[in-house]
Amino acid sequence: MNQNRNWPELIIESLIRATGYSAILFVALIFIFLLREGLPAFTEVKWEVLLSARWYPIEGYFGLLPLISGSLIVTLGAALIAVPFGLATAIFIAEIAPRWAREILKPLVEVLGGLPSVVLGFLGMITLAPLVRLTLNTPTGLTAFTGSILLAGMVIPTLVSVAEDALDAVPRSYRDAALALGATKWQTIWRVTLPAARSGVLTAIMLGIGRAIGETMTVMMVTGNAARLPTGLNALFLPVRTMTATIAAEMGEVANGSTHYHVLFTIGIVLFVISFIVNLTASAVVFQQKKRAERLLS
Amino acid sequence: MVNLALAWAEAYGGAHPEMRLSVTGGGSGTGLAALINGTVDIANASRAIKPEEKAQAEANGIEPVEFIVARDAIAVIVNPENPVSALTLPQLSAIYSGQITNWREVGGEDRPIVLLSRETNSGTHVYFLEHVLRLGDSKNKTLFSPDILLMPSSEGIGAEVRQNPNAIGYDGLGYVTNDMKTIAVAKDVGLPYVMPTIATVNDKSYPIARDLYMYTRGEPQGAVQAYMEWVLGAEAQKIVAALGFVPVSNH
Repeated sequence: MNQNRNWPELIIESLIRATGYSAILFVALIFIFLLREGLPAFTEVKWEVLLSARWYPIEGYFGLLPLISGSLIVTLGAALIAVPFGLATAIFIAEIAPRWAREILKPLVEVLGGLPSVVLGFLGMITLAPLVRLTLNTPTGLTAFTGSILLAGMVIPTLVSVAEDALDAVPRSYRDAALALGATKWQTIWRVTLPAARSGVLTAIMLGIGRAIGETMTVMMVTGNAARLPTGLNALFLPVRTMTATIAAEMGEVANGSTHYHVLFTIGIVLFVISFIVNLTASAVVFQQKKRAERLLS
Repeated sequence: MVNLALAWAEAYGGAHPEMRLSVTGGGSGTGLAALINGTVDIANASRAIKPEEKAQAEANGIEPVEFIVARDAIAVIVNPENPVSALTLPQLSAIYSGQITNWREVGGEDRPIVLLSRETNSGTHVYFLEHVLRLGDSKNKTLFSPDILLMPSSEGIGAEVRQNPNAIGYDGLGYVTNDMKTIAVAKDVGLPYVMPTIATVNDKSYPIARDLYMYTRGEPQGAVQAYMEWVLGAEAQKIVAALGFVPVSNH
Protein backbone atom coordinates (compact mmCIF):
# COMPACT_ATOMS: atom_id res chain seq x y z
CA MET A 1 0.00 0.00 0.00
CA ASN A 2 2.70 2.42 1.07
CA GLN A 3 4.84 1.38 -1.86
CA ASN A 4 1.95 1.95 -4.26
CA ARG A 5 1.62 5.53 -3.13
CA ASN A 6 5.33 6.16 -3.54
CA TRP A 7 5.60 4.91 -7.07
CA PRO A 8 4.01 7.86 -8.91
CA GLU A 9 5.86 10.26 -6.66
CA LEU A 10 9.16 8.59 -7.43
CA ILE A 11 8.51 8.74 -11.16
CA ILE A 12 7.46 12.37 -11.08
CA GLU A 13 10.40 13.27 -8.88
CA SER A 14 12.95 11.66 -11.16
CA LEU A 15 11.24 13.16 -14.21
CA ILE A 16 11.54 16.64 -12.77
CA ARG A 17 15.13 15.97 -11.83
CA ALA A 18 15.88 14.73 -15.36
CA THR A 19 14.32 17.84 -16.91
CA GLY A 20 16.40 20.02 -14.63
CA TYR A 21 19.64 18.27 -15.47
CA SER A 22 18.78 18.11 -19.17
CA ALA A 23 18.95 21.91 -19.34
CA ILE A 24 22.60 21.70 -18.32
CA LEU A 25 23.14 18.81 -20.69
CA PHE A 26 21.66 20.69 -23.66
CA VAL A 27 23.73 23.80 -23.02
CA ALA A 28 26.83 21.63 -22.76
CA LEU A 29 25.95 19.74 -25.96
CA ILE A 30 25.33 22.97 -27.86
CA PHE A 31 28.62 24.36 -26.68
CA ILE A 32 30.50 21.17 -27.59
CA PHE A 33 28.91 21.22 -31.06
CA LEU A 34 29.84 24.88 -31.53
CA LEU A 35 33.40 24.17 -30.43
CA ARG A 36 33.69 21.17 -32.73
CA GLU A 37 32.49 23.13 -35.76
CA GLY A 38 34.09 26.45 -34.87
CA LEU A 39 37.51 25.62 -33.44
CA PRO A 40 39.02 24.42 -36.75
CA ALA A 41 38.76 28.04 -37.89
CA PHE A 42 41.59 28.98 -35.53
CA THR A 43 43.98 26.62 -37.29
CA GLU A 44 42.71 27.41 -40.80
CA VAL A 45 42.67 31.18 -40.42
CA LYS A 46 45.51 33.18 -38.88
CA TRP A 47 44.80 35.25 -35.77
CA GLU A 48 45.83 38.44 -37.60
CA VAL A 49 43.15 37.72 -40.18
CA LEU A 50 40.45 37.02 -37.58
CA LEU A 51 41.36 40.24 -35.77
CA SER A 52 41.50 42.34 -38.93
CA ALA A 53 38.93 44.95 -39.87
CA ARG A 54 37.72 43.40 -43.12
CA TRP A 55 34.91 40.87 -43.50
CA TYR A 56 34.59 39.59 -47.04
CA PRO A 57 34.42 35.81 -46.73
CA ILE A 58 34.20 34.88 -50.41
CA GLU A 59 37.74 36.25 -50.86
CA GLY A 60 39.16 34.91 -47.60
CA TYR A 61 38.85 38.05 -45.46
CA PHE A 62 37.57 36.83 -42.10
CA GLY A 63 37.95 39.87 -39.82
CA LEU A 64 35.50 39.41 -36.94
CA LEU A 65 35.95 42.82 -35.30
CA PRO A 66 33.44 44.74 -37.46
CA LEU A 67 30.81 42.08 -36.77
CA ILE A 68 31.42 41.98 -33.00
CA SER A 69 31.43 45.76 -32.74
CA GLY A 70 28.32 45.90 -34.94
CA SER A 71 26.40 43.62 -32.59
CA LEU A 72 27.61 45.54 -29.54
CA ILE A 73 26.65 48.94 -31.00
CA VAL A 74 23.14 47.84 -31.92
CA THR A 75 22.61 46.09 -28.57
CA LEU A 76 23.99 49.02 -26.57
CA GLY A 77 21.77 51.43 -28.48
CA ALA A 78 18.75 49.21 -27.87
CA ALA A 79 19.57 48.98 -24.14
CA LEU A 80 19.96 52.77 -23.87
CA ILE A 81 16.47 53.20 -25.31
CA ALA A 82 14.74 50.17 -23.80
CA VAL A 83 15.92 50.34 -20.17
CA PRO A 84 14.61 53.83 -19.29
CA PHE A 85 11.42 53.39 -21.30
CA GLY A 86 10.81 49.85 -20.09
CA LEU A 87 11.49 50.65 -16.45
CA ALA A 88 9.32 53.74 -16.55
CA THR A 89 6.49 51.72 -18.09
CA ALA A 90 6.88 48.94 -15.52
CA ILE A 91 6.86 51.45 -12.64
CA PHE A 92 3.82 53.18 -14.08
CA ILE A 93 1.90 49.94 -14.49
CA ALA A 94 2.87 48.52 -11.11
CA GLU A 95 2.84 51.61 -8.88
CA ILE A 96 0.93 54.48 -10.39
CA ALA A 97 -1.72 53.33 -12.85
CA PRO A 98 -5.20 52.68 -11.45
CA ARG A 99 -6.30 49.06 -11.32
CA TRP A 100 -8.42 49.17 -14.52
CA ALA A 101 -5.59 50.74 -16.54
CA ARG A 102 -3.16 48.10 -15.27
CA GLU A 103 -5.47 45.32 -16.42
CA ILE A 104 -5.57 46.76 -19.93
CA LEU A 105 -1.94 47.86 -20.19
CA LYS A 106 -0.15 44.71 -19.13
CA PRO A 107 -1.77 42.32 -21.62
CA LEU A 108 -1.39 44.95 -24.36
CA VAL A 109 2.34 45.26 -23.72
CA GLU A 110 2.65 41.49 -23.78
CA VAL A 111 0.82 41.28 -27.11
CA LEU A 112 3.36 43.75 -28.47
CA GLY A 113 6.05 41.27 -27.48
CA GLY A 114 4.47 38.63 -29.68
CA LEU A 115 4.95 40.60 -32.92
CA PRO A 116 6.98 38.49 -35.36
CA SER A 117 10.40 40.02 -35.96
CA VAL A 118 10.04 39.86 -39.76
CA VAL A 119 6.93 42.03 -39.59
CA LEU A 120 8.73 44.51 -37.38
CA GLY A 121 11.73 44.47 -39.70
CA PHE A 122 9.61 45.11 -42.77
CA LEU A 123 7.78 47.96 -41.07
CA GLY A 124 11.14 49.39 -40.05
CA MET A 125 12.54 49.13 -43.56
CA ILE A 126 9.55 50.84 -45.14
CA THR A 127 8.61 53.46 -42.55
CA LEU A 128 11.30 53.96 -39.93
CA ALA A 129 14.37 53.99 -42.19
CA PRO A 130 13.19 56.92 -44.36
CA LEU A 131 12.18 58.78 -41.20
CA VAL A 132 15.61 58.30 -39.63
CA ARG A 133 17.32 59.46 -42.83
CA LEU A 134 15.23 62.60 -43.15
CA THR A 135 15.24 63.66 -39.49
CA LEU A 136 18.91 62.90 -38.75
CA ASN A 137 20.09 63.80 -42.25
CA THR A 138 22.23 60.67 -42.53
CA PRO A 139 23.24 59.31 -45.96
CA THR A 140 20.96 56.30 -45.45
CA GLY A 141 18.23 55.36 -42.99
CA LEU A 142 19.55 51.81 -42.69
CA THR A 143 21.68 52.43 -39.62
CA ALA A 144 22.56 50.84 -36.29
CA PHE A 145 20.26 53.41 -34.68
CA THR A 146 17.28 52.21 -36.74
CA GLY A 147 18.02 48.67 -35.61
CA SER A 148 18.36 49.84 -32.01
CA ILE A 149 14.95 51.50 -32.05
CA LEU A 150 13.26 48.38 -33.43
CA LEU A 151 15.14 46.11 -31.05
CA ALA A 152 14.14 48.35 -28.16
CA GLY A 153 10.56 47.89 -29.32
CA MET A 154 11.00 44.13 -29.14
CA VAL A 155 12.84 44.19 -25.81
CA ILE A 156 10.54 46.58 -23.94
CA PRO A 157 7.60 44.12 -23.63
CA THR A 158 9.84 41.43 -22.06
CA LEU A 159 11.47 44.00 -19.83
CA VAL A 160 8.18 45.55 -18.72
CA SER A 161 6.54 42.20 -18.06
CA VAL A 162 9.35 40.81 -15.90
CA ALA A 163 10.13 44.08 -14.11
CA GLU A 164 6.45 44.69 -13.36
CA ASP A 165 6.16 41.24 -11.81
CA ALA A 166 9.17 41.98 -9.62
CA LEU A 167 7.78 45.35 -8.51
CA ASP A 168 4.40 43.78 -7.86
CA ALA A 169 6.02 41.17 -5.63
CA VAL A 170 7.40 43.79 -3.22
CA PRO A 171 5.34 43.48 0.00
CA ARG A 172 2.78 46.19 0.55
CA SER A 173 4.14 46.78 4.04
CA TYR A 174 7.36 48.28 2.57
CA ARG A 175 5.41 50.98 0.77
CA ASP A 176 3.14 51.59 3.76
CA ALA A 177 6.15 51.98 6.03
CA ALA A 178 7.82 54.45 3.67
CA LEU A 179 4.65 56.49 3.29
CA ALA A 180 4.09 56.45 7.06
CA LEU A 181 7.57 57.89 7.53
CA GLY A 182 6.50 60.82 5.40
CA ALA A 183 8.09 59.83 2.10
CA THR A 184 6.39 61.09 -1.05
CA LYS A 185 5.11 58.63 -3.65
CA TRP A 186 8.16 59.26 -5.83
CA GLN A 187 10.56 58.78 -2.89
CA THR A 188 8.82 55.52 -2.01
CA ILE A 189 9.19 54.23 -5.56
CA TRP A 190 12.76 55.36 -6.08
CA ARG A 191 14.20 54.63 -2.62
CA VAL A 192 12.16 51.67 -1.40
CA THR A 193 10.16 49.71 -4.00
CA LEU A 194 12.71 49.77 -6.82
CA PRO A 195 15.69 48.76 -4.62
CA ALA A 196 13.61 46.01 -3.02
CA ALA A 197 12.77 44.62 -6.49
CA ARG A 198 16.30 45.14 -7.74
CA SER A 199 17.17 41.53 -8.52
CA GLY A 200 14.00 41.01 -10.53
CA VAL A 201 14.48 44.29 -12.37
CA LEU A 202 18.07 43.37 -13.15
CA THR A 203 16.94 40.00 -14.48
CA ALA A 204 14.46 41.84 -16.71
CA ILE A 205 17.22 44.05 -18.12
CA MET A 206 19.55 41.11 -18.72
CA LEU A 207 16.80 39.09 -20.41
CA GLY A 208 16.17 42.10 -22.62
CA ILE A 209 19.83 42.51 -23.54
CA GLY A 210 20.07 38.78 -24.22
CA ARG A 211 17.12 39.02 -26.58
CA ALA A 212 18.57 42.09 -28.30
CA ILE A 213 21.97 40.59 -29.01
CA GLY A 214 20.45 37.38 -30.35
CA GLU A 215 17.83 39.00 -32.58
CA THR A 216 18.50 38.36 -36.25
CA MET A 217 15.77 39.06 -38.75
CA THR A 218 14.92 42.62 -37.75
CA VAL A 219 18.52 43.82 -37.63
CA MET A 220 19.30 42.10 -40.91
CA MET A 221 16.51 44.04 -42.60
CA VAL A 222 17.21 47.52 -41.23
CA THR A 223 20.88 47.91 -40.25
CA GLY A 224 22.26 47.86 -43.80
CA ASN A 225 24.70 45.00 -43.10
CA ALA A 226 27.83 46.98 -43.96
CA ALA A 227 30.79 45.32 -42.25
CA ARG A 228 32.77 48.40 -41.32
CA LEU A 229 34.79 48.98 -38.18
CA PRO A 230 33.42 51.93 -36.16
CA THR A 231 35.81 54.87 -35.94
CA GLY A 232 33.88 57.10 -33.57
CA LEU A 233 30.67 57.78 -31.73
CA ASN A 234 28.90 58.50 -35.01
CA ALA A 235 28.99 54.76 -35.69
CA LEU A 236 25.53 54.52 -34.13
CA PHE A 237 24.19 56.50 -37.08
CA LEU A 238 25.99 54.48 -39.76
CA PRO A 239 25.16 51.06 -41.19
CA VAL A 240 26.53 48.06 -39.28
CA ARG A 241 26.62 44.31 -39.78
CA THR A 242 25.81 42.19 -36.76
CA MET A 243 27.07 38.70 -35.96
CA THR A 244 23.59 37.21 -36.09
CA ALA A 245 22.77 38.75 -39.47
CA THR A 246 26.08 37.47 -40.85
CA ILE A 247 25.37 33.91 -39.76
CA ALA A 248 21.81 34.07 -41.10
CA ALA A 249 22.77 35.60 -44.43
CA GLU A 250 25.75 33.38 -45.14
CA MET A 251 25.08 29.99 -43.53
CA GLY A 252 22.77 28.93 -46.34
CA GLU A 253 25.49 29.30 -48.93
CA VAL A 254 28.62 27.81 -47.41
CA ALA A 255 29.85 24.37 -48.33
CA ASN A 256 29.79 22.06 -45.32
CA GLY A 257 33.23 21.90 -43.69
CA SER A 258 34.78 24.83 -45.55
CA THR A 259 36.80 27.53 -43.79
CA HIS A 260 33.93 29.99 -44.16
CA TYR A 261 31.61 27.43 -42.50
CA HIS A 262 33.99 27.03 -39.56
CA VAL A 263 34.37 30.80 -39.16
CA LEU A 264 30.58 31.21 -39.06
CA PHE A 265 30.54 28.76 -36.15
CA THR A 266 33.35 30.72 -34.52
CA ILE A 267 31.00 33.72 -34.63
CA GLY A 268 28.44 31.44 -32.98
CA ILE A 269 30.96 30.71 -30.20
CA VAL A 270 31.60 34.44 -29.71
CA LEU A 271 27.83 35.06 -29.46
CA PHE A 272 27.45 32.20 -27.01
CA VAL A 273 30.31 33.47 -24.84
CA ILE A 274 28.94 37.03 -24.83
CA SER A 275 25.45 35.96 -23.75
CA PHE A 276 27.04 33.63 -21.17
CA ILE A 277 29.00 36.55 -19.72
CA VAL A 278 25.89 38.74 -19.65
CA ASN A 279 23.97 36.06 -17.75
CA LEU A 280 26.86 35.34 -15.41
CA THR A 281 27.30 39.00 -14.44
CA ALA A 282 23.58 39.29 -13.90
CA SER A 283 23.39 36.33 -11.56
CA ALA A 284 26.59 37.41 -9.78
CA VAL A 285 25.11 40.85 -9.09
CA VAL A 286 21.78 39.38 -8.01
CA PHE A 287 23.53 36.93 -5.70
CA GLN A 288 25.63 39.65 -4.08
CA GLN A 289 22.61 41.83 -3.48
CA LYS A 290 20.70 39.00 -1.93
CA LYS A 291 23.47 38.56 0.62
CA ARG A 292 23.41 42.25 1.44
CA ALA A 293 19.64 42.30 1.70
CA GLU A 294 19.73 39.30 4.03
CA ARG A 295 22.27 41.08 6.23
CA LEU A 296 20.11 44.17 6.40
CA LEU A 297 17.01 42.21 7.31
CA SER A 298 18.63 40.13 10.04
CA MET B 1 16.44 34.26 -60.74
CA VAL B 2 14.09 32.73 -58.18
CA ASN B 3 11.19 34.73 -59.73
CA LEU B 4 11.76 33.01 -63.03
CA ALA B 5 12.13 29.54 -61.55
CA LEU B 6 8.92 30.05 -59.59
CA ALA B 7 6.98 31.26 -62.63
CA TRP B 8 8.20 28.27 -64.62
CA ALA B 9 7.32 25.81 -61.89
CA GLU B 10 3.88 27.37 -61.53
CA ALA B 11 3.13 27.29 -65.26
CA TYR B 12 4.47 23.77 -65.66
CA GLY B 13 2.73 22.51 -62.54
CA GLY B 14 -0.55 23.98 -63.83
CA ALA B 15 -0.27 22.07 -67.09
CA HIS B 16 1.08 18.88 -65.48
CA PRO B 17 -0.72 18.50 -62.15
CA GLU B 18 0.82 15.03 -61.69
CA MET B 19 4.28 16.66 -61.36
CA ARG B 20 5.33 18.09 -58.04
CA LEU B 21 7.81 20.94 -58.26
CA SER B 22 9.00 22.95 -55.31
CA VAL B 23 11.26 25.94 -55.70
CA THR B 24 13.45 27.39 -52.97
CA GLY B 25 15.40 30.65 -53.12
CA GLY B 26 18.57 31.74 -51.38
CA GLY B 27 21.09 32.53 -54.08
CA SER B 28 23.12 30.58 -56.64
CA GLY B 29 25.57 29.34 -54.01
CA THR B 30 22.68 27.90 -52.02
CA GLY B 31 21.24 26.10 -55.03
CA LEU B 32 24.55 24.65 -56.16
CA ALA B 33 25.41 23.61 -52.59
CA ALA B 34 22.07 21.79 -52.45
CA LEU B 35 22.86 20.08 -55.77
CA ILE B 36 26.30 19.08 -54.48
CA ASN B 37 24.75 17.68 -51.30
CA GLY B 38 22.20 15.79 -53.40
CA THR B 39 19.08 17.39 -51.92
CA VAL B 40 17.71 18.84 -55.19
CA ASP B 41 17.28 17.58 -58.76
CA ILE B 42 17.89 20.92 -60.46
CA ALA B 43 19.91 23.90 -59.28
CA ASN B 44 19.17 27.32 -60.76
CA ALA B 45 22.20 29.59 -60.81
CA SER B 46 22.84 33.04 -62.17
CA ARG B 47 26.53 32.24 -62.53
CA ALA B 48 28.46 29.31 -63.98
CA ILE B 49 29.47 26.57 -61.54
CA LYS B 50 32.90 27.16 -59.98
CA PRO B 51 35.62 24.53 -60.61
CA GLU B 52 35.83 23.75 -56.88
CA GLU B 53 32.06 23.25 -56.70
CA LYS B 54 32.27 20.91 -59.66
CA ALA B 55 35.07 18.98 -57.97
CA GLN B 56 33.02 18.74 -54.76
CA ALA B 57 30.00 17.48 -56.69
CA GLU B 58 32.12 14.85 -58.42
CA ALA B 59 33.54 13.80 -55.06
CA ASN B 60 29.94 13.20 -53.99
CA GLY B 61 29.30 11.16 -57.15
CA ILE B 62 27.23 13.85 -58.89
CA GLU B 63 27.98 15.04 -62.39
CA PRO B 64 26.44 18.52 -62.86
CA VAL B 65 25.15 19.11 -66.40
CA GLU B 66 24.84 22.71 -67.51
CA PHE B 67 21.97 24.35 -69.43
CA ILE B 68 21.81 28.03 -70.39
CA VAL B 69 18.11 28.74 -69.89
CA ALA B 70 17.84 32.52 -70.19
CA ARG B 71 19.89 35.71 -70.30
CA ASP B 72 19.83 38.53 -67.84
CA ALA B 73 21.13 42.04 -67.78
CA ILE B 74 22.16 43.63 -64.50
CA ALA B 75 20.62 47.06 -64.35
CA VAL B 76 22.23 49.83 -62.33
CA ILE B 77 19.47 51.71 -60.56
CA VAL B 78 19.17 55.01 -58.72
CA ASN B 79 16.39 57.09 -57.23
CA PRO B 80 14.27 58.94 -59.85
CA GLU B 81 15.27 62.25 -58.22
CA ASN B 82 18.92 61.62 -59.04
CA PRO B 83 19.98 63.70 -62.10
CA VAL B 84 22.74 61.23 -63.06
CA SER B 85 21.56 59.05 -65.95
CA ALA B 86 24.70 57.56 -67.51
CA LEU B 87 27.90 56.05 -66.12
CA THR B 88 30.88 54.18 -67.54
CA LEU B 89 32.07 50.83 -66.22
CA PRO B 90 35.28 52.39 -64.81
CA GLN B 91 33.14 54.98 -63.01
CA LEU B 92 30.93 52.22 -61.56
CA SER B 93 34.04 50.37 -60.46
CA ALA B 94 35.39 53.49 -58.73
CA ILE B 95 32.02 54.15 -57.08
CA TYR B 96 31.62 50.61 -55.76
CA SER B 97 35.23 50.33 -54.57
CA GLY B 98 34.85 53.55 -52.59
CA GLN B 99 37.14 55.85 -54.62
CA ILE B 100 34.22 58.04 -55.67
CA THR B 101 32.01 58.83 -52.68
CA ASN B 102 30.02 61.86 -53.82
CA TRP B 103 27.53 62.16 -56.68
CA ARG B 104 29.15 65.50 -57.61
CA GLU B 105 32.19 63.62 -58.94
CA VAL B 106 30.08 61.90 -61.62
CA GLY B 107 28.03 64.94 -62.59
CA GLY B 108 25.29 64.77 -59.97
CA GLU B 109 24.28 66.79 -56.93
CA ASP B 110 26.45 67.27 -53.87
CA ARG B 111 25.23 64.16 -52.06
CA PRO B 112 27.04 61.22 -50.48
CA ILE B 113 26.77 57.97 -52.43
CA VAL B 114 25.12 55.09 -50.57
CA LEU B 115 26.19 51.79 -52.10
CA LEU B 116 23.73 48.91 -52.21
CA SER B 117 24.55 45.37 -53.15
CA ARG B 118 23.07 41.90 -52.88
CA GLU B 119 24.53 39.59 -50.22
CA THR B 120 27.72 37.67 -51.05
CA ASN B 121 25.71 34.45 -51.59
CA SER B 122 23.97 36.01 -54.59
CA GLY B 123 25.22 35.17 -58.06
CA THR B 124 24.46 38.77 -59.00
CA HIS B 125 26.96 39.92 -56.36
CA VAL B 126 29.75 37.70 -57.68
CA TYR B 127 29.05 38.66 -61.27
CA PHE B 128 29.10 42.36 -60.41
CA LEU B 129 32.37 41.92 -58.49
CA GLU B 130 34.08 40.17 -61.37
CA HIS B 131 32.72 42.08 -64.34
CA VAL B 132 32.10 45.59 -63.06
CA LEU B 133 34.29 46.16 -60.00
CA ARG B 134 37.24 44.24 -61.47
CA LEU B 135 36.29 45.04 -65.06
CA GLY B 136 36.56 41.37 -66.07
CA ASP B 137 40.27 41.23 -65.18
CA SER B 138 40.91 38.09 -63.14
CA LYS B 139 44.20 39.51 -61.76
CA ASN B 140 42.39 42.59 -60.45
CA LYS B 141 41.84 42.15 -56.70
CA THR B 142 39.73 45.26 -56.09
CA LEU B 143 37.19 44.76 -53.30
CA PHE B 144 33.85 46.38 -52.60
CA SER B 145 34.11 49.37 -50.29
CA PRO B 146 33.61 48.30 -46.66
CA ASP B 147 30.80 50.87 -46.48
CA ILE B 148 28.69 48.85 -48.91
CA LEU B 149 25.23 47.87 -47.68
CA LEU B 150 24.56 44.19 -48.28
CA MET B 151 20.84 43.59 -48.68
CA PRO B 152 19.44 40.10 -48.15
CA SER B 153 16.87 40.51 -50.94
CA SER B 154 16.05 42.34 -54.15
CA GLU B 155 13.14 43.90 -52.30
CA GLY B 156 15.60 45.39 -49.78
CA ILE B 157 17.51 47.08 -52.60
CA GLY B 158 14.32 48.25 -54.28
CA ALA B 159 12.89 49.74 -51.09
CA GLU B 160 16.06 51.72 -50.37
CA VAL B 161 16.52 52.96 -53.95
CA ARG B 162 12.89 54.08 -54.13
CA GLN B 163 13.09 56.22 -51.01
CA ASN B 164 16.73 57.36 -50.83
CA PRO B 165 18.10 59.85 -53.42
CA ASN B 166 21.67 59.04 -52.29
CA ALA B 167 21.44 55.36 -53.15
CA ILE B 168 22.83 53.41 -56.06
CA GLY B 169 22.05 49.74 -56.46
CA TYR B 170 22.21 46.97 -59.01
CA ASP B 171 19.96 44.03 -59.66
CA GLY B 172 18.65 41.81 -62.42
CA LEU B 173 16.63 43.63 -65.09
CA GLY B 174 13.61 41.54 -64.09
CA TYR B 175 13.53 43.20 -60.66
CA VAL B 176 13.58 46.79 -61.89
CA THR B 177 10.25 48.58 -61.55
CA ASN B 178 9.07 51.90 -62.99
CA ASP B 179 9.62 53.82 -59.76
CA MET B 180 13.41 53.43 -60.04
CA LYS B 181 15.69 55.09 -62.58
CA THR B 182 17.85 52.84 -64.73
CA ILE B 183 21.33 54.09 -65.60
CA ALA B 184 22.69 53.80 -69.14
CA VAL B 185 26.11 52.14 -69.04
CA ALA B 186 29.10 52.54 -71.35
CA LYS B 187 31.84 49.91 -71.47
CA ASP B 188 34.49 52.63 -71.35
CA VAL B 189 35.02 56.35 -71.71
CA GLY B 190 34.09 57.48 -75.24
CA LEU B 191 31.94 54.43 -76.00
CA PRO B 192 28.17 54.80 -76.33
CA TYR B 193 25.94 54.64 -73.25
CA VAL B 194 23.47 51.77 -73.56
CA MET B 195 20.23 51.17 -71.67
CA PRO B 196 19.55 47.55 -70.69
CA THR B 197 16.74 46.14 -72.84
CA ILE B 198 16.03 42.76 -74.42
CA ALA B 199 17.41 44.04 -77.72
CA THR B 200 20.64 45.44 -76.29
CA VAL B 201 21.27 42.28 -74.26
CA ASN B 202 20.77 40.00 -77.26
CA ASP B 203 23.01 42.05 -79.56
CA LYS B 204 25.55 42.15 -76.67
CA SER B 205 25.84 45.94 -76.74
CA TYR B 206 24.80 46.27 -73.07
CA PRO B 207 27.99 45.57 -71.12
CA ILE B 208 26.62 44.01 -67.91
CA ALA B 209 24.70 40.97 -69.12
CA ARG B 210 25.04 37.34 -68.24
CA ASP B 211 23.66 33.89 -68.87
CA LEU B 212 21.34 32.15 -66.43
CA TYR B 213 21.94 28.46 -65.84
CA MET B 214 20.22 25.34 -64.65
CA TYR B 215 22.29 22.40 -63.47
CA THR B 216 20.94 18.87 -63.30
CA ARG B 217 22.31 15.85 -61.48
CA GLY B 218 23.83 13.94 -64.39
CA GLU B 219 22.15 13.88 -67.84
CA PRO B 220 18.47 14.65 -67.13
CA GLN B 221 16.11 11.68 -67.28
CA GLY B 222 12.39 11.07 -67.00
CA ALA B 223 10.49 13.92 -65.41
CA VAL B 224 13.56 16.15 -65.12
CA GLN B 225 14.33 15.66 -68.82
CA ALA B 226 10.76 16.56 -69.79
CA TYR B 227 10.94 19.65 -67.63
CA MET B 228 14.27 20.80 -69.09
CA GLU B 229 12.94 20.38 -72.63
CA TRP B 230 9.89 22.43 -71.70
CA VAL B 231 12.06 25.16 -70.07
CA LEU B 232 14.06 25.57 -73.28
CA GLY B 233 10.91 25.54 -75.40
CA ALA B 234 8.85 28.44 -76.73
CA GLU B 235 6.23 28.50 -73.96
CA ALA B 236 8.71 28.78 -71.08
CA GLN B 237 10.82 31.31 -72.96
CA LYS B 238 7.74 33.49 -73.33
CA ILE B 239 7.61 33.59 -69.54
CA VAL B 240 11.28 34.61 -69.55
CA ALA B 241 10.45 37.65 -71.68
CA ALA B 242 7.36 38.47 -69.62
CA LEU B 243 9.47 38.69 -66.44
CA GLY B 244 11.97 41.09 -67.98
CA PHE B 245 14.68 38.53 -68.64
CA VAL B 246 16.02 37.80 -72.09
CA PRO B 247 14.96 34.57 -73.82
CA VAL B 248 17.50 32.20 -75.35
CA SER B 249 16.93 30.83 -78.82
CA ASN B 250 18.29 27.31 -79.06
CA HIS B 251 16.18 26.30 -82.01
